[in-house]
Amino acid sequence: MVPTHGNKPGKGSVSIECGSNTKHKQECLCYGMTDPVIELDGLEVRFGGRPILKKLKASLTGRSIGLLGPNGAGKSTLLNTLLGFHQPSAGTARVLGHDIRTHAREVRALIGYMPENDSFIASMSGVRFVRLMAELSGLPSEQALERAHEAFFYVGLGEVRYRALGTYSLGMKQAAKLAQAIAHGPKLLFLDEPTNGLDPPARTRMIQLIQEIRDRGDLSLILSSHLLRDVEECCDQVLILKDGNIAAYCNLEEERRANRRFLEIETRSDGVPSSCFLEALEKLGCETAQGAQGRIKLVLPEGLEVRRLYAVAAEQNVQIRRLNRKRDSLEDIFLKAMETGNGRL
Amino acid sequence: MAVYKKTYRPYEGALTASWRRFLVIPRYAFEDLHRSRFLTIFYLASFLYPLIAALIIYVEHNVDALKLLNAQNAANLLSIDTGFFMSFLGWQSMLALFLAAFIGPGQVSPDLANNALSLYLARPFSRAEYILGKLSVLWILMSLMTWVPGLLLFCLEGYLEGPKWMAQHFRIAAGLFLGAWVWILVLSLLALALSAWVKWRPAAGALVFGVFFVVSGFGQVINRVEDTGWGSLLSINTLVGTIWVNVFTGGDAGSNGGAFFRVIPGQQLPAWGCWFMLGVLCLVFLAMLRLKIRGAEVVR
Repeated sequence: MVPTHGNKPGKGSVSIECGSNTKHKQECLCYGMTDPVIELDGLEVRFGGRPILKKLKASLTGRSIGLLGPNGAGKSTLLNTLLGFHQPSAGTARVLGHDIRTHAREVRALIGYMPENDSFIASMSGVRFVRLMAELSGLPSEQALERAHEAFFYVGLGEVRYRALGTYSLGMKQAAKLAQAIAHGPKLLFLDEPTNGLDPPARTRMIQLIQEIRDRGDLSLILSSHLLRDVEECCDQVLILKDGNIAAYCNLEEERRANRRFLEIETRSDGVPSSCFLEALEKLGCETAQGAQGRIKLVLPEGLEVRRLYAVAAEQNVQIRRLNRKRDSLEDIFLKAMETGNGRL
Repeated sequence: MAVYKKTYRPYEGALTASWRRFLVIPRYAFEDLHRSRFLTIFYLASFLYPLIAALIIYVEHNVDALKLLNAQNAANLLSIDTGFFMSFLGWQSMLALFLAAFIGPGQVSPDLANNALSLYLARPFSRAEYILGKLSVLWILMSLMTWVPGLLLFCLEGYLEGPKWMAQHFRIAAGLFLGAWVWILVLSLLALALSAWVKWRPAAGALVFGVFFVVSGFGQVINRVEDTGWGSLLSINTLVGTIWVNVFTGGDAGSNGGAFFRVIPGQQLPAWGCWFMLGVLCLVFLAMLRLKIRGAEVVR
C-alpha cells in the first residue's frame, strides 16, 4: 500500500477537518496532543474585491511547517496577513492562540520575520541594524546589543558585523535578515524564501541554520518557498496553497516513515523462478508486485529489516542488484496537489 | 574582546514598556544626525539669535551697561514686547524650515527605498508609533530651536521685570508655545509626507521649499486676478502668521506676524479660516503617510 497524502481540494474553500478520511483522523488525533501553532478559521483576504485567500480553514501543529505553492498562490499574503499587514475580509486566524484581529500586537511580539526581498537600511552597520530591530521588539538597549552580536556570530557574520549592510553580498544579506529575525528570541519564525538567490554552499549553510534552529525546539517555524527541496529538508509538515485555496496539507514525517517501507528492487536469478523469491517475501509479510526484467516493488511490514531481504535472496540463490527506496515524496504530493480536474498541471 | 556563543537561545529577559518604544527611533536618528558636521554647525548656529536676544534683554535692563556703551537712549529703541517675541519666533521658525528641509527627507525615504518598513512593522510596533517616532525627531530638534529658547527668554524678561510683568504678558508665553507648535506640527508632517512620497532626498528637500514659495506664489496670483485675499489660504506661512497674530494678541490688527510669516496688510484672513485650512492640510499629510507607511504594498 502506497501512502496517500493529505486532503485534495475541491473548488472554493477547503477545510482540514477530522473525519474526512482515516488518514486525517489519525493526523487529527496525533495533532490534538499539541496546541496548534496557527489556526486558520475561515480566513479570507481580498484586494480590491478580488479574493486572494479563500476562506482557509486549517490547524497547523507542526514544529516546522512548509508553505508551498506556485507564484501567486497566496503564500506571502498569508504570512503578511498573520503579521497584520493585511486585514482579513472574513474569518480570522490565531497564532499560538492569539487572534490576529484582536491581538495583532501580541502576535507580532511572538514572531520573527525574515522577508523575501532585501529589507534593511543600507547605510547602517549590520550589528546596529539588528540592535535597532531588537530594541523595537522590546529588548532593553544593552541586551539588544548583546543579542545582536550573538545573532551575527550565530549566522556566521561575526567578522563583518560592523560593515554597512549595503556592502554585503547576497548570501550575507540573507544571513543578516535571519539574524534580525531571531535576535529578539521569537517563539515563531516566518521565513519567506530564505534561500532565494543563494549559491549552493550558501544555501547549504542557510538550510543547516534553519535545521539547527528547528532541532533546538525553542521555536516553531513557517518556511514559505517554492523550492520543494528546501521544504523537504527543513519541515515536518507542509501546507500547499493553490489559487488562494489549501490544495494539500500533510505530515511529511509520516510520509517519510511510510516511504521508508516502500522499496523497489532489481534481481537476477540464474535458473531460479522469481515466483519462489516472491513467495518467500510474502511469507515474511511483504506486499509485492512483480515488474519486468526482474524488478519487484514491495512494501516492508513493520519491524522487518532490509537485511532480511538479502538473507532470503541468498537462501533462494537470487542476486539483488539494486535496491531503491521511494524518494521525492513531496514532489509527488505537490504535483498531485497542482493537478487540475483533467489531470493537467 | 567578548566571546559570543555561536548558538541560538531564546530571550527570557525583561522587555521595555511598549508606550516608549517609539523613542528608539529618535535616539538612532540623533546618532546619525550627529555625524553630519554641516547639520551640527547649522544647529549650533541657530542658537545665535536666542543668545543675542538674551543679551538685548539683559542690556535693556542694565543701565550701567548702556552707560558703558554710551547708549543711554538705546533703551527707548529696544522694547521687549509682543513684537520682539513674534520676531524671535518668526526668525527661529524660518531656521526650523531649513532644518526640516535638510533632515525631513531622510526620515522615511531610506526605509521605503530599502524595504525596511516590513521589518519595523513585523514587530510589536504600529504604524502610528513609527510615524510618531519619526515625527519626534523633528519635534525635538525644532522645539529646541523655537519655543524652548522663546520661553527661556520670556522667563529672563519676567525675572528682570518682575512677576507682575509675567502675569500681564502671559499671552506672550502661550503664543510662543502654541504658535511654535502649530508651525512644528505642520512643518514636520509636510516634511515626513514628502519624504514618504519622494524617495530622492534632494528632490524631497527642494519640494519642502517648493510647497512654501511656489504654492504661495500661486495663491498670490489668485489674489491679484480675483481681487481677493482668499488665495492666501494656499500660503502656509501666511496661515501660520495669521494664527500667531491670533494667539499672541487675540487678533490685534496692529501686529502682523514676524519675518517670513508677515501677513500682507489688506490680505488678512479670518483666524478660523486659517485654523481650518491648517487642519485640512495636516489631515492630507497624514493621509499621505497612511498610504505609504505599510508593512506590505498591495498590488491591486
